Amino acid sequence: MAERYLRQTPLAHLEIEARARVAVEAAGVRMGEAGFRAQIALRGDASSETFVDAVKEVFGVDLPLKPNTASTPGGARYLLWLGPDEWLAIVPDGTEEETIAAFETRMEGEHFGVTDVSGSRTVITLCGDRARDVLMKGTSLDLHPKAFGPGQCAQASMARCHMLLHQISDELGYEIYVHRSFADYLWRWLEDAAREYGVAVVSSP
Amino acid sequence: MSDQQFRLADGGRIDRERPLRFTFNGRELSGYEGDTVASALLANGLHLVSRSFKYHRPRGVLSDGSEEPNALVQLGVGAYTQPNIRATQAELYQGLIAESQNCWPSVDLDVGAVNDFLSPIFPAGFYYKTFMWPKSFWIRYEYFIRKMAGLGKAPASADPDYYDKMHVHCDVLVLGAGPAGLAAALAAGRTGARVMLADEQMEPGGYLLGRKVAINDRPAMEWVDNSIEELKSMADVRVLTRTTALAYFDHNYLTLLERVTDHLGPDANGDRPRQRLWKVRAKQVVLATGSHERPLVFRNNDRPGVMLASAAQAYLNRFAVRPGREAVVFTNNDSAYQAASDLVKGGVQCTIVDVRPEPPDELRAAARKQNIDVLSGHGVISAAGTKRVTGVDVSSLNATASGYHDAPRHLKCDLVLMSGGWNPAVHLYSQSRGKLEFDASRACFVPGESVQAERSAGACNGTFDLAFCLSEGREAGKAAAASAGFRSKSSSSSPKVESSPETPIRAVWRMPPKDPGGRYNKHFVDFQHDVTAADVDLAYREGYRSVEHLKRYTTMGMGTDQGKTSNVNALAILAEISNADIPTVGTTTFRPPYTPATFGALAGRDVGELADPVRMTPMHQWHLAHGAKFEDVGQWKRPWYYPKAGESMEEALSRECKATRNAIGILDASTLGKIDIQGPDVAEFLNRIYTNGWSKLAVGRCRYGLMCTEDGMVFDDGVTSRLAENHFLMTTTSGNAARVLAWLEEWLQTEWPELRVYCNSVTEHWATAGIAGPLARKLLSELTSDIDLDSKAFPFMSWREGTVAGIPARVMRISFTGELSFEINVQSSYGLALWTSLMSAGAKYGITPFGTETMHILRAEKGFIIAGQETDGTVTPVDLGLEGMVSKHKDFLGKRSLSRPDTLREDRKQLVGLLTEDPRQVLPEGGQIVAELKSKPPMKMIGHVTSSYFSANLDRSIALALVKGGRSRHGETVHVPLENKVVSARIGPPHFYDVEGERMHG
Repeated sequence: MAERYLRQTPLAHLEIEARARVAVEAAGVRMGEAGFRAQIALRGDASSETFVDAVKEVFGVDLPLKPNTASTPGGARYLLWLGPDEWLAIVPDGTEEETIAAFETRMEGEHFGVTDVSGSRTVITLCGDRARDVLMKGTSLDLHPKAFGPGQCAQASMARCHMLLHQISDELGYEIYVHRSFADYLWRWLEDAAREYGVAVVSSP
Repeated sequence: MSDQQFRLADGGRIDRERPLRFTFNGRELSGYEGDTVASALLANGLHLVSRSFKYHRPRGVLSDGSEEPNALVQLGVGAYTQPNIRATQAELYQGLIAESQNCWPSVDLDVGAVNDFLSPIFPAGFYYKTFMWPKSFWIRYEYFIRKMAGLGKAPASADPDYYDKMHVHCDVLVLGAGPAGLAAALAAGRTGARVMLADEQMEPGGYLLGRKVAINDRPAMEWVDNSIEELKSMADVRVLTRTTALAYFDHNYLTLLERVTDHLGPDANGDRPRQRLWKVRAKQVVLATGSHERPLVFRNNDRPGVMLASAAQAYLNRFAVRPGREAVVFTNNDSAYQAASDLVKGGVQCTIVDVRPEPPDELRAAARKQNIDVLSGHGVISAAGTKRVTGVDVSSLNATASGYHDAPRHLKCDLVLMSGGWNPAVHLYSQSRGKLEFDASRACFVPGESVQAERSAGACNGTFDLAFCLSEGREAGKAAAASAGFRSKSSSSSPKVESSPETPIRAVWRMPPKDPGGRYNKHFVDFQHDVTAADVDLAYREGYRSVEHLKRYTTMGMGTDQGKTSNVNALAILAEISNADIPTVGTTTFRPPYTPATFGALAGRDVGELADPVRMTPMHQWHLAHGAKFEDVGQWKRPWYYPKAGESMEEALSRECKATRNAIGILDASTLGKIDIQGPDVAEFLNRIYTNGWSKLAVGRCRYGLMCTEDGMVFDDGVTSRLAENHFLMTTTSGNAARVLAWLEEWLQTEWPELRVYCNSVTEHWATAGIAGPLARKLLSELTSDIDLDSKAFPFMSWREGTVAGIPARVMRISFTGELSFEINVQSSYGLALWTSLMSAGAKYGITPFGTETMHILRAEKGFIIAGQETDGTVTPVDLGLEGMVSKHKDFLGKRSLSRPDTLREDRKQLVGLLTEDPRQVLPEGGQIVAELKSKPPMKMIGHVTSSYFSANLDRSIALALVKGGRSRHGETVHVPLENKVVSARIGPPHFYDVEGERMHG
């Protein structure tokens, strides 16, 4: 087992924790980094019972089949729909290898794809009254509550990079999955876009 | 001159509690919040605002809105300054500084005005005709023309403000918050639809702001205020003021520009942006953009003090400004009578000159009651005065309006108001690709059929009566909401207003000169570009008969106002001259933007540090801290080389190259594209993608692969490893990673859906540190206990899994430098920890970090290609001498193309090595190669240098090149002619170091 303190999130150099404020009431937007999010890229045939059952068994949740939805947001393990045969599974930090092994065993002899991508993306959290306005500055997705709400996710362009957006709840706001190498750019971009509303940096949950 | 002596004692929508000081041409003046620069200037009796573009004629305020061609000012100073700002739209703020444009030394005394006296020699097309010869003189001419031309001045320093963009979706977008727009927004909003209402002015109301009319028996602005209040109480309605719709694109996509803090002046915006560009996707659009009054074309119609009747009315009613003392109101329609009536009530004496022989009786009767003389059947021949109008000559028109009955009669005045009818603001409709129709009774172009999900309502639709505007707006709003899926719940009716019958206008497009056969050369059509009725005539005589040609020859409508006041007059005059009807002549194309937009707003936040993403590897902070110079590879920042204090680039490279060949070097290879490929058919898939075979690759082994596009040209290369029977890891060039993944997906999804293969990008999951050099194994052995590093157990081109420096790692024994080399891959969160461990453990061996430049030199010594450097989309594997990589036993992408006669030619450009005769001489990359040297070009070029470096290890320069028939030319001497010298070199094989490859296999 590797020494986990050796790890660094892509935004470590921004010293977000040190900038975190306690009094954030006045800020229209609160943002932070939820690093070390264990992620597994899952590919498979949604019409295959074996696959659907294996997902249920190994991840403990139903495979989301409705486009752009996530299963049980907030749970320890959940899945985000990325495409008709593509999902991103979120598991507790440190369990990714055993989960993959368990899935591979369960799917022995079947055609599927399961890949650890925990290092690929970090998560920028964005919440507050004006969080949606900040997102609207960078993405052409329709994020109006009539079109996009808690439990929904979508991949789109954000500013000049790619994001996977997941709305957790009205209160907790959004999680933006961004590729590690773009994280510094996107953080700066969002912080700049949020400044007219007042922005508070918060500790990761 | 006392302050604001033309300001009325009360009334208007200005805030008299908030007086503002401002400066115009250095003069301290005052105004109020709610003023525009134009209204504040007029309140101070200043009509002369600018000089015209070509003739430098004195010009004043013509309009009260976005159509203004004359009153353009340079607003603000220093970095904040903006040129060509319409004084009629710029809001006054405390300390505002405005300057006249296009004049020197001042707007009062302008040297350029000599052009006006010389105007007979500056007709349309003057520049085209005059400055064509002698050809070589253009540079001299240009210097003076540049000095004379142009309007305002661009700021010389960087913009201190920031600009924002916002994407928004709505069911109904209503443009214009006049009566029709408000009625539409209310009707749509009441259905529960998502509605967006935008208006370019500082407050909603549209033309009601400048009129004294009643709605529901109360002042119209009360209805406006109530409507806005109701709209703002609706959850899904957004109201934007100071927001101009710039452009209407396909699929109901529009851009709007909101001036968020411009009206506050510099340094007053806090954290807010100066402007915001709204990018709107609307299910339905309601255009309620109003109309522009047309000027009338008579001699000297451009003198300061000559303005549009509706503008004077607005200055009086909205800004409580009396634009003059004695006015002549010159009209061809009914609307000016109300303007005259309002002005008289405001203390301005008025005489109406109406070209119509019989204006409506009730209008005449009403005028008589206010002691307004009405000269019916009369025309204004010309205006007198220079920097301010002093009077007009009028006379009675003959039946065809081609001349006058009587001798001119002079009327003294300091204000001439023009009302030539109304042009619906059809710009956005036209941008939506709608075709205009001509309404002969109103003499204006109106929208025809809708092309997109759009409808026009109110004045922009040719509906000028307030009652009809309100009902048309309401119907449009309801219909738009219904089309977007929202039905009206309530059945409210239109507010009550008095309707007045409308009598037809009498279009007289240009007033005849005093004498038959006289000239039209001071009859201005386009004020901003100084185009006269005579210029239209000249263009026609010279054969420019299409309205598009007329526009370009005379530059009519090509100013910053895009001819909002001039286009229809110009094409109507062209129609008259050519005996065609107006619809046949047609209009020029309306193009975005509706009014000029700043570059800042279009760039938004994508400037400076945020202009483009900077992609960083997990080790980036270490490279920064250790003084790396960076190279851009795609969006990645990669360390280029690591100079030590006082070291030149050459010295640093020499040190890095030697350390790697003699001891150990370390490279951050994290940017390499990595694609995880799983499924039972992966080997077959790779067989089809790569030129070489993959079926027999054993688990635990790696193989170099080349991929071609269908035309047989090399597209990418890289090492692919077999992780398990059905599991491979492909690597790609750093800059090509996304393209290769898209390429794989395209073939899988469109051509080979039967293949059971899944691809996932893992580029960012892994951080990669490559250690290379004779001591690489020694160093690695100190950091791992669970990988057998013995050459037999862990041979070249294989991979092992284990722990390095306590971190789970996948180690690949592959080499791009030609040295014994290990690429250590760890989960990217551990990338920096791995790197620092290697650095500290390697210190005793002199471990030396090297960047992309040293990597390039070392691989060139070995003759390893870089896709995109040795290849450019026209190079086959055979051209590179890699025919051994091309399988003869299977099919693959590009295979058939490799047997085309052209790809089989013997004299194709082939990869060779070049050694210069002078070993110190480094050839420039891209240098053209010739076999036969001539004294000067042209010379026959037989190839070019693709890579070229000074090799410290070989103590001489080396180069790779593509040369026609190169492989049969080994031993020949060729030449690279440069600007001031010729470098000669000998062709040889494309490798220079350790040709047998003992080092990397060792």
